[in-house]
Amino acid sequence: MTVAARTLASIRATPTLLRVGLAEAIAYRAEFVVWMLTSTMPLVMLGLWTSVAAEGEGAFAQFTADDFIAYYLVTLMVRNLTGNWVLWQINDEIRRGLLSMRLLRPVHPFVTYAASHFASVPLRCVVVLPFALILALSAARAQLTGDPALIALFAAAVLGSWILTFLTLVTLGCLCFFIEKSMALFEVYMGVFAIFSGYLIPLPLLPGWVRDAADWTPFRYMLAFPVETLLGWYDRGDVLGLLGRQWLFVGVMLAIALGLWRAGVRRFEAYGA
Amino acid sequence: MRAARYGRLLGVQMRASAMTAMQYRVDFLIEGAMSLWWLGWNLIPLLVLYRERDVIAGDWDFPSALVVIGWFTMLRGILEGAINPSLVDVVDRIRTGAFDYTLLKPADAQFLVSTSRFAPWRVVDVIGGVALIIYAFVRMDRAPSAGDVALALALLASAALVLYSLWILVVSAAFWVVRLDNLTYLFTAVFDAARWPVQVFRGAWRFVFTFVIPLALMTTYPAMAVLGSIGIGTALLSLAGALVFGALARALWKLAIRNYTSASS
Repeated sequence: MTVAARTLASIRATPTLLRVGLAEAIAYRAEFVVWMLTSTMPLVMLGLWTSVAAEGEGAFAQFTADDFIAYYLVTLMVRNLTGNWVLWQINDEIRRGLLSMRLLRPVHPFVTYAASHFASVPLRCVVVLPFALILALSAARAQLTGDPALIALFAAAVLGSWILTFLTLVTLGCLCFFIEKSMALFEVYMGVFAIFSGYLIPLPLLPGWVRDAADWTPFRYMLAFPVETLLGWYDRGDVLGLLGRQWLFVGVMLAIALGLWRAGVRRFEAYGA
Repeated sequence: MRAARYGRLLGVQMRASAMTAMQYRVDFLIEGAMSLWWLGWNLIPLLVLYRERDVIAGDWDFPSALVVIGWFTMLRGILEGAINPSLVDVVDRIRTGAFDYTLLKPADAQFLVSTSRFAPWRVVDVIGGVALIIYAFVRMDRAPSAGDVALALALLASAALVLYSLWILVVSAAFWVVRLDNLTYLFTAVFDAARWPVQVFRGAWRFVFTFVIPLALMTTYPAMAVLGSIGIGTALLSLAGALVFGALARALWKLAIRNYTSASS
């Protein structure tokens, strides 16, 4: 099939793939909820830092209790909106040989994976809604930006971080083609992500060298960047520049993922599957 | 007689796991390196906190918070070495229906699934945790008394019991909602909060971590015991709490087994 025909097939199949993805997410809602519950760490950190701030007359370093509440609630929301478990899915399909079925379809596997995970976003919105309400009703909402342009840029940043998160996890998933003990690698990834993305601790509280290093990793653009945009830490110009960097990382990750996938599938076929 | 039989059975199961582990000797190096790396990485939030403060939540200074992290590392070794591997195994069996064969065996099903798999190399984490606790005491320039250590070990047993009971509760849930292969990640994610002394939290968080998901029983109280700062009342209560938790888990397991209808029927 030519590239054009393949692209056309992908576009035509997308609405159906999205419908199937949503139906799957609803059918396996228990698993879905468990996945979302695994990223409740911001709530724990919220409890921790507000207590610490309360002990020190309402603030820790430059952060007040309200700053922490706004930061961690937005982090929780962005993390849950942009998260997915494609990595575990790919790992499982490679190990059990289920990938063959996926390879038979006339659509690139990245499209089928992306559609099935993107389809769960409406469900994710429903789960995230209560936290948005809490934030809107609490005094911490004063910490959010009121600038409509920044809010629009925040939406763009969230979309970018969804794509970047997806591609990064796909890239890691491709490693399962080559490394048997790849799950240990994922643990390392989760640890590095937790620090460099601002998931555990707001980046400004970290030592200078960690912050500098975070600038050069995709992790920051997967979580901290949208969160900080909504909190109004940057002006419009800065955000546009950061958005450009985010998409640069998207491009790099896409190239790496496609390359690894192609090499990996060749290896997979060599197994005789 | 019964005890001896189950002891022998445990020996057999552990030997099987040990033999598997010996086939993957390189894992020992990987686990060791990972464990060291995690040890350092886990300290970052603590360093951020203590860069600004000398003491938090009354009397938790840096070395005593290190003891909690050491305890946390140790328990995580137990969790990932003795508990998670079996969890993955049993959830898979329930989903595929292979659990029927476990029920057919002439031994207690809870015992069989709990001991089905071990990851012996995780012992590295336990050693790392102990090393961290020793380092903390060197920093404090004192040694724990023999009585404190004995109490801490008793609380370690109760911590392991609580952890195990939580695990049984989670597995029981898998009987009703079958597709739950990601439960281990949830378990690890929740357990992560145990690296902080529970007194650091306030209000609802403190309540949840003390009574609902008793992380306090797992890391804070044993750490306080070895530091010599736990009241005897709290120690006794946490031992009793662990026993209650264990009984609860056993009851729910029996209920779940009764409701089990196999994957295909």
